[in-house]
Parts: sequence; C-alpha cells; structure tokens
Amino acid sequence: MPSPTLPLDSTSPASSDSAAYAIEFEDVHIDFEDNEVLRGISFRLPFGETKALFGVAGSGKSTILKLALGLMPPDSGRITVLGQDVTQMRERDLFALRGKIGMVFQESALFDSLTVSENVAYRLMEEHGVYSEEIEARVREALRFVELEHTVNMFPSELSGGMRRRVAIARAIITQPALLLYDSPTGGLDPVTSNTIIELIMKQRDVYKTSSLLVTHRLQDAFTMAIHQFDQTNNTLRALPRGQYCDVPMSFLILREGKVIFDGDIRQLAHTKDEYIREYIS
Amino acid sequence: MELTSPMEFAKQKVQAVQDYTFLAAQSLGNLFRKPFYFADMVRQADLIGVGSLPIVVLTGFFTGAVLAVQSANTLQRFGSIALIGQLVALSMVRELGPVLTGLMVAGRNASGMASELGSMVVTEQIDAMRALGTDPMKKLVTPRIVATVFMLFFLSILSDVVGLTGGSFVSTVLLSLDAHEYWSKAWQSLVFEDVFMGLIKPVLFGFIISTVGCFYGMTARGGTQGVGRATTQAVVAASVLIVVTDLFVTQFLMNVMSYK
Repeated sequence: MPSPTLPLDSTSPASSDSAAYAIEFEDVHIDFEDNEVLRGISFRLPFGETKALFGVAGSGKSTILKLALGLMPPDSGRITVLGQDVTQMRERDLFALRGKIGMVFQESALFDSLTVSENVAYRLMEEHGVYSEEIEARVREALRFVELEHTVNMFPSELSGGMRRRVAIARAIITQPALLLYDSPTGGLDPVTSNTIIELIMKQRDVYKTSSLLVTHRLQDAFTMAIHQFDQTNNTLRALPRGQYCDVPMSFLILREGKVIFDGDIRQLAHTKDEYIREYIS
Repeated sequence: MELTSPMEFAKQKVQAVQDYTFLAAQSLGNLFRKPFYFADMVRQADLIGVGSLPIVVLTGFFTGAVLAVQSANTLQRFGSIALIGQLVALSMVRELGPVLTGLMVAGRNASGMASELGSMVVTEQIDAMRALGTDPMKKLVTPRIVATVFMLFFLSILSDVVGLTGGSFVSTVLLSLDAHEYWSKAWQSLVFEDVFMGLIKPVLFGFIISTVGCFYGMTARGGTQGVGRATTQAVVAASVLIVVTDLFVTQFLMNVMSYK
C-alpha cells in the first residue's frame, strides 16, 4: 500500500560520534519480587539497524525497552544508550537523553485528555512552549506520514486501536529521534492494520535510517521486515531477491528464561540448530 | 487473600512514609527548577479553586448559621446573646473556616488528583510522559500543590466571610438582633493572632491535600480497582491528616504566640 513521505529532514539521524552502538546491554540483571526476569542479558544494536525482540510472554521484552529508556534501573549490569551510560545517570539528566529517543507503547499510552494534534505535538510544545504555526505544520506532516491527517482534532477515545497505535508512532517520530523503541506495535491488531504499521516502521528504517528495537510476538512481521525493503520512489515495499536478505539492517534477538539464546540475522536464524528456536519459528 | 506478616506490614508503612516525604520534598524543590509550567498552575487553580467555590460557600454559610443557632440558646441563658457575633467570628476564623474548607476541598480535589494521576499511571501515560522527556513531578505534581495551597488560602478567607454572613442572617432574621452590633462585635473580637492562625492553617492543609492526593495517584497499582482504592485512601488520609495537624498546629501557635 503506498503511503506518503514525511517531508522532514531525511538525512541520516544523529548518531553519537563517541558511540559505536545505539544500544549496548552488558550482563544486565533485574528481578521483580524474587522473580528473576533478566539473567545477564548482553546485546548490541548498531546504528541504523532494527532488532526484533522475541520471547514468550513475561520473558522481559518490554522490560528491556524500559531499561533502555531509563524508566527503571537494572539490579546490575551496564546499559549504554546513544553513548551514555543510563545506569549511572540521574533521573533529571535522563530527560535530555529521552528527548533523542522515540517510544511507542504497547497500549499506545496517548494522553487521553489531549487531542490527537496535542498528543503528537507534545514534545515540540514542551520544547517551545506555544503551539505555533511551525508546530502545526510538523504535526500535520507526522500525521500525514501515518495517514491520519483527518484525525487532528479528535480525542484518542474516538480512535480505533490501530489508529491509536499510528498516532503513537507519529508522536514518537515527530522530532526524528536517533533511536526508536516499539513495544508490540501490532499486538491485537488485524492483519491489514498490522501491515500498515510494519510498513511505517520499515519506512523509518530504510528512509530515515533510524536505529530501532522492536518487541513483537508476530514472527511474520519481523520476517516481512527482513526480506523486504521500503522503496522510496514508489512508496511501496519491495521484496528482496533470496540472495540479498542480509542487505537490510535487520536482526533478531530471542529471549528464553531471562537469557539471550539467539542474536543474529535472518540467515543465521534459518540455519540455527537450536531445537527450541526451530520450534519457535516453525 | 494472602496474609501479610506484621514485619512486612510495618516495612510497607515506613516505605510509604518515606516515599511520601520524598514526593513532598521533590515537589517543593521543583519550585526552584525550570520549567515552571505556569499555564498548568493556572489551569489547576481554576479547577481546584473556582471549581470548589459552590461547596465552600454553601458549607461556610450554613456552618456560620448553625453556629449562631446553637450558641444563641446557651448565650441566652447567661444573658449574653449580644456576644453571638464574637463567638461566630472566633470559631469561624480560627477553626471552622480553615478546617471545614480543607475537608471539603480534600473530599473534592484529593480524590480528583488521586483518580486522575492513578488512571494515568495504570494506562502508562506517566511512563509515556517520562519517555517524552517530561518530568511528571514538575508537570503534574508541583502545579497541583502550588494551585491548592494558593487557592485554599483564599477559599478559607471566603469561607470565613460567608460563615459570618450566615451567622448574621440567623442573628437578624431569626433572633431579631441588631446587624450592626453583630458585625461590630465580630470585628472587634478578632486580634492578629486569630487571623494569623486562620491564615496559616489553609497553607498547611492545602499542602497536605495536594501531596496526599498526588502521592496516592502516583503510587496507584492494580488497574481500575487500584485507582478506586487510591482515590478512597487519598480522601481518608487527607481528611485525617487535616484534623490531626489542626490540633498540633493550634497548640503550637498558641504556645509560640503566648496566646490563649
């Protein structure tokens, strides 16, 4: 399905010169009420790459996103995001870092007392204080990107689940962040709406080269992303020939019982010998 | 339902007091750190202050009126019915005006804050706010505290005036007393210590109402049921704290100002 482009600055997103990776987890542990959710997680997300996180419910996928944002501290280990060690930062210093990161929450987490335009403009309003014409224009651009320009004056309660998820994406990308975190963006949605959202995520990956971490339960979404590329000329997805699957910056990370059991690209995933993973992806 | 051990229960309570103290201290510290969110303060002042006007006016008027009705009977026995203005003025300004206004505003706004913030917590809106680079303590808690303290101060003054008017209404219409005498006795009986005590209390009560409401909201857990529980607890805790604080503040001020 063709979709409009986002006429923002389409240069490569800001990447910290001092950092080799957008995200780096080193031996991260966390437990909740004696239940050890993450048991020494280590992985790296290179700049410009999208990494899909898999695991059964309760395996700590959403926790990884919240840890990366500094919304909760780990019990031990080190987390570096855009070159900054979030485990050593004070809450008030984290706010500046979070300004460079976009997050799409599982249930959208839109502010229900604000209109769609106010939700999308939230970050810009916080920066500039007043709702100017420039902000209005950028809000419309972001909403056009997710094909929801007509909802500008509606409240979140008036939107469907899929529309809310797309507004959440618009809110996350309006400042063109260096890093995007998606928490089950297609969870509970119908296949058509899911495809639209995956297309938006791919467009962000292939056109704006944004690094992202994608938590999902839908393997087909991640496989679609691994074997397709967003064609900016035609505004559609283009299937890659079999030999070029690794040309797109896409990788997979699978969690089991609080540990990483797989971290690699689609070719490595297809050739894995691990019985659990083979059963998981079959 | 799982039973909690006494030690665990005590730990939870101490933790809650610590968290509450931290929230109150942080919200005060935010008064001196940018951004200040003046627009949010004005919006909250409108919701809390202007929105509470009807209940404060009604409560104040009828409290003053019933105070006059009740005391008239006793004063008449001692032939001191002319002192009714003095009695209503002292009772309203020193005690009933601030306390009843505080309790009314606690019932209306501590519950409102707890339910609004609690709903935002359980729907991840607070996390979203933090993720978008905004400090929810600055954006949501501090404006509510400033607005409640500021507006409760003026609401208490209004309650005092309306209460005196209620007493005046009963004195003139039901007891056929002279209105001029009522007001002059009321005015002459008040000294600086009375007014000071009546004005310091709403500041403390406003702080209690808003911090307790925000604390229960920000710590709400367990979906809609948890929000409901937080709302009830906020009203109960704020009301009890107001009454308890009132006793200690009254005693303290009387000692400090050597006032009887």
